[in-house]
Amino acid sequence: MSEAPPATPLRERAGRALQDTFLQEALTIATTKFIGLRREAFDEFPEGEALRDRARAIKEATLQHLDQHLERLIDNVERRGGHVHYATTAEEARAIVLDIARRTGARMAVKSKSMATEEIHLNEALEAAGITPVETDLGEYIIQLAHERPSHIIAPAIHKTKGQVAELFARELKRETQPDPEVLTRIARAELREKFLEADLGISGANFGVADTGTVVLVTNEGNGRMVTSLPRVHVAVMGVEKVIPSMTDLAVFLAILAKSATGQKLSVYTSLVNGPRRGGELEGPEEFHLVLLDNGRIRQIAGPLREALDCLRCGACLNVCPVYRQIGGHAYGYTYPGPIGILLTAMLNGSESVRDLAHASSLCGACADACPVRIDIPRMLIELRKEVGERRIAPWSERVVFAGFGRLLQRPALYRLAARVGRALQRPFVRHGAIRGLPAFFGHWTRTRDLPPIAARTFQERWAELEREGRR
Amino acid sequence: MVTCLGDMFYPEVGERIVRLLRALGVAVDFPAGQTCCGLPLFNSGYHADAAAVARRTVALFRGAEAVVVPSGSCAWMVKHEYPGLLTDPEDRRAAEQLAGHTHELSQFLVRRLGRRRFRSAVGGRLTYHDSCHLLRGLHESESPRALLRELTGAEFVELPGADECCGFGGSFSVRLPEVSTAILDKKLASVEASGADCVVACDAGCLMQMRGGLSRRGSRVRAVHLAEVLGEAQ
Repeated sequence: MSEAPPATPLRERAGRALQDTFLQEALTIATTKFIGLRREAFDEFPEGEALRDRARAIKEATLQHLDQHLERLIDNVERRGGHVHYATTAEEARAIVLDIARRTGARMAVKSKSMATEEIHLNEALEAAGITPVETDLGEYIIQLAHERPSHIIAPAIHKTKGQVAELFARELKRETQPDPEVLTRIARAELREKFLEADLGISGANFGVADTGTVVLVTNEGNGRMVTSLPRVHVAVMGVEKVIPSMTDLAVFLAILAKSATGQKLSVYTSLVNGPRRGGELEGPEEFHLVLLDNGRIRQIAGPLREALDCLRCGACLNVCPVYRQIGGHAYGYTYPGPIGILLTAMLNGSESVRDLAHASSLCGACADACPVRIDIPRMLIELRKEVGERRIAPWSERVVFAGFGRLLQRPALYRLAARVGRALQRPFVRHGAIRGLPAFFGHWTRTRDLPPIAARTFQERWAELEREGRR
Repeated sequence: MVTCLGDMFYPEVGERIVRLLRALGVAVDFPAGQTCCGLPLFNSGYHADAAAVARRTVALFRGAEAVVVPSGSCAWMVKHEYPGLLTDPEDRRAAEQLAGHTHELSQFLVRRLGRRRFRSAVGGRLTYHDSCHLLRGLHESESPRALLRELTGAEFVELPGADECCGFGGSFSVRLPEVSTAILDKKLASVEASGADCVVACDAGCLMQMRGGLSRRGSRVRAVHLAEVLGEAQ
């Protein structure tokens, strides 16, 4: 089952976001900071560009033989005593995790930040089964308290100001506090410490799965990931199948660019290598380790138009630089994955019908492709999606008619010239002081906030004969 | 190539370019029957129609030694998308040839003609907005700046956030007009804070967006095409 479409149209969702002054403040501060940090990190790292190419090549080569790499990963995880499960759909993935939770007898599960578990809406499923999920990443913890969903791939609570978080803590935790990030973090830590000790089940995502060694890699900053994967009796990692990489040598390439792209750090504070359950003689680690491999629409895209999106490292750099994301934030996109890459992933997971309007939520400025550590050509794929939406008649018929007419006009120069003359006649009542300030109907979308230039009294083509004579003189 | 926006809305830009090029000793021709490069069709996903437009445009310009385009986005369309749109091998070859001969104006002046010293046709302080297709599509940020920096009679200042989109994005500007305008407002705030009298761009789309916003807010700043600030060659 795919995600339910949002209840209101995109333009309305975006409009609401634009009116939200808290959101605007939070977004501007956070994305500007991320952009600056990322730029500095790469400026100080001349090898960065070559490593980005290398990372891209590794991803693409791995996708070509994904089955073999996955088989090796599975073999090696099992060799180390872990269990591997394969989920074709989100529903299957939820069922697998719930089954493990039931067999564990878990009443509570601590979670480290994971977009894959967001994608399969795992928290709702756990709650429905009477198991309390507790998000332990600070940002995730905040939005769980607020009963919201992440609005950014790596900074889930990016849409909230520190003042709003302080209010939230006062309301939900009955703790009055100043809007000071350090104090807020301390409160969350104290709350969470208990949960780590109580929980029987730890649930994480995975940034990479190393096929050669059967290692699941987590890249985090708060240390909560380590608690989740080592304190509870059972650890389940949910990993998109495209996250498999061949070897530790490859891992080094990705680690060198991932944190720089995401937060501008040289490396994240913690890079955890999870090598299955605790073995004899080891002091820590879970008794059981499960890896859930999640397809959910990914495999069919290996040969599909969205293949490149499978290279994504989930760093969030494309969100930070996207002029649209920076204005409307993540929730307005309406699905689990926001931002430019999110539109592609939404189409991958939920079908292209789901992005009929979202595919157009981009000015195609290309900043995303520039920032992407593995150089995913996001604008090109957005255009591909627009094409599919048009060709499969998912786009509104009125739009298709307009573009069909426009296409014909551009192939008939006489008609094009006639259109210029007709436009000139029609615009006459609207031109004031050399500009059009208000037009009815569809054209009002432009003129409500911007002046429109009138069609010139003489177009360039109409001036050319004279210009040509002038040249001969 | 004058482009559709250049033809209908900014014919004076085309005129200036013709005179500028002639003054530099370039013989200028204007093949009749031009419409639009097809970028709006392409970007909205109507690729069959875009291909038909590409085919006729390629035919129109066959044999031209160099094709100069006043908009980065249209130049990018011709150079990067035409060959891929045309499946017939002969069409594709012709498209590739045209792609190789097509230049955005600033690139033609600086990289092809090696001319970068002009007298400014406007006074005061100028700043430059990188249009997305020229910057990230054609990887050009230097040629327009070289021209502006060396202008006699005007001062050039960098625009903070010059490489950020103006919010035009073709049909995006009317599909999500509020978002497009919010992005524009940010750009214009930066333009106004720069203290510039003119913001220069090399794309008719960005010009339409920025000019529309500036005149609506009654700003003293003008958005102008590069060709409008290049006066006499030096």
